[in-house]
Amino acid sequence: MIYIIDGSLESVLCAVFEWFERKPGKVLLKMKQHFEPDAFEEVFSVNNDPVKADRVWEGLQRTLDASWIRKYYCTFLSEKPDALVSLFEFTCYLFLNKSGAEQNYGNEYVLAIAQTARKVEREKHRMEAFIRFKQGADGMFYCGIDPDFNVIPLIMKHFKDRYADQKWVIYDLKRHYGIFYDLEKIEEIYLSKEDQRKLNDPQTDLVSEKEGMYSDLWINYFKSTNIVARKNRKLHMQHVPKRYWKYLTEKQGI
Amino acid sequence: MSERIREKLTILADAAKYDVSCSSSGGTRKNDNKGIGNSHTSGICHTYTEDGRCVSLLKILLTNHCIYDCAFCVSRKSNDIERAAFTVEEVVSLTMNFYRRNYIEGLFLSSGIFKNADFTMERLLRVVKKLRLEERFNGYIHLKTIPGASEDMIMEAGLYVDRMSINLEMPTEIGLKLLAPEKSHNDVIKPLGFIQNQIIRLKDEKKLIKSVPKFVPAGQSTQMVIGATPETDKEIMQTAALFYKDFSLKRVYYSGYIPISNDNRLPIIGSQPPLIRENRLYQTDWLMRFYGFHVNELLNDANPHLDIDIDPKLSWALRNLQFFPIDINVAAYKMILRIPGIGLTSAQKIVQARKFGKLRIDQLKKIGVAYNRAKFFIKCADTPYQLKDYQNTQIKSFILAESQSKYIKNDVQQLVMF
Repeated sequence: MIYIIDGSLESVLCAVFEWFERKPGKVLLKMKQHFEPDAFEEVFSVNNDPVKADRVWEGLQRTLDASWIRKYYCTFLSEKPDALVSLFEFTCYLFLNKSGAEQNYGNEYVLAIAQTARKVEREKHRMEAFIRFKQGADGMFYCGIDPDFNVIPLIMKHFKDRYADQKWVIYDLKRHYGIFYDLEKIEEIYLSKEDQRKLNDPQTDLVSEKEGMYSDLWINYFKSTNIVARKNRKLHMQHVPKRYWKYLTEKQGI
Repeated sequence: MSERIREKLTILADAAKYDVSCSSSGGTRKNDNKGIGNSHTSGICHTYTEDGRCVSLLKILLTNHCIYDCAFCVSRKSNDIERAAFTVEEVVSLTMNFYRRNYIEGLFLSSGIFKNADFTMERLLRVVKKLRLEERFNGYIHLKTIPGASEDMIMEAGLYVDRMSINLEMPTEIGLKLLAPEKSHNDVIKPLGFIQNQIIRLKDEKKLIKSVPKFVPAGQSTQMVIGATPETDKEIMQTAALFYKDFSLKRVYYSGYIPISNDNRLPIIGSQPPLIRENRLYQTDWLMRFYGFHVNELLNDANPHLDIDIDPKLSWALRNLQFFPIDINVAAYKMILRIPGIGLTSAQKIVQARKFGKLRIDQLKKIGVAYNRAKFFIKCADTPYQLKDYQNTQIKSFILAESQSKYIKNDVQQLVMF
């Protein structure tokens, strides 16, 4: 039996609802975009229904504590193809078993959720660390990112709480959306290709006069605080994998 | 203007870098005045230098002018180096502008002693107050306690900063006297004790009065230089354990001595910093703080030094084979923590998962246990039956043969370098 979903969180929750209504046994979850019909398997197309999704979501919130709800959400944000399958199987497993089943790390889906969430949280933490704002001539602070997972929903609060007295933009160049903080609230924004390109390009008119001075001072500090006699490049690369270097002011011009 | 600042930053960051603490964790400050900055409970490392150390704070000295002449210190009076001093405004402006760009979590401010302790402490205090009161900065501030500064001034500083630290420098009084005759461990113990008492006092008051101000919310730390004087690992870790206990320190840091002086009391310039030893000391520190080991189990008169080729947990296990094999399906959590190859998270997952059925080898591997190491010390549901018991030397050679020690590789690199 194959269940076809559209890939939204709602569709996964609805798939769970439908499964419990029909109990068809083992089900393969497939995304609409990737699905190629085949003559031998029975196919059921899951329709999104907010009422059904809500009922499953409420059930999850009754079953799981806040940290597990967060793991669940993180797994969804990982955008990995097998993440939706894990979420589906995990949810069914939870509802079929006594409360506390999420502690069973011997179950492959429990472990998959815990491990995927961990990867997403690590990427979130890395974005909190590696984002480097540049101040534009308009006084606003900008940064473009392309994280492995869709972490903007997870880092929003951190940046809003921290940089409450400055306007800033964080833009996901891979997923083509960003967030803009206007000293009051956060708005989702979409930029033109041209504006996106400007975000990380220091040569543009966006950059304020003092920007160059502070990035120079920072690069200078980064070099001065290094202890040459302790050089350990392997450890360095482990902490700051090369794919993040493009964000890092201190790694430019080296 | 910026050229001079750049020079100062080079000199004063270079002089501050031997203080290894860069932690920004444990702060509880919130940005509730719509100012800038807040604490992140676990801290954030914003980047790492090429030596693999985290950069979380802007770590600088206010000045490297110093009236003391401690042989191990790069800023000692008799050292012929360039001297510089920041103004209060310069430090504040650097901190704010770095913070606004998300380069740092905050400021770690230390200083050479110029004129006297109070004069220096007063200057540090001015930086901190300007950041908190004028700039409404809620980021992390780690301030060095200046030995000998008045208690009033230390008390006031504690109200604005997140962490304070003061360095023991040498693990024993004898070692310290050898290299810094003007100093004594008592200069450190006094302010550590004073701040500790204030933290306790204000915490007690807080139970009665809600509006008690924060006082050094991220606690205190200290640092010892390793390898400059001939202390044993046992002496070092016993000092650490004592200070953890007496002053509820958040951290003790171990800093492998990097030769910076031709003084004949010290290792010569160009000799390798004791990086492996430093790493083993940190591992021991972790075992004491998180794994329930007592210092005497790991280091004692029979074993005054840590093994270099294997980690301290494995050496303890090999010396105490009578506790093994441990059945991970029934053993207490604190015993599971003692198994080589099993860390904190794996241990927690094991005790939760085993409620649902006996755990097998493949499950342990998936949970994250380093099975090739742990297998000599555990029993699980499908552990193969073994007729003969191995000797500890045999186990050690099996493990060493299978694991690719990062240290062996490092040593080769280091030989090539020099």
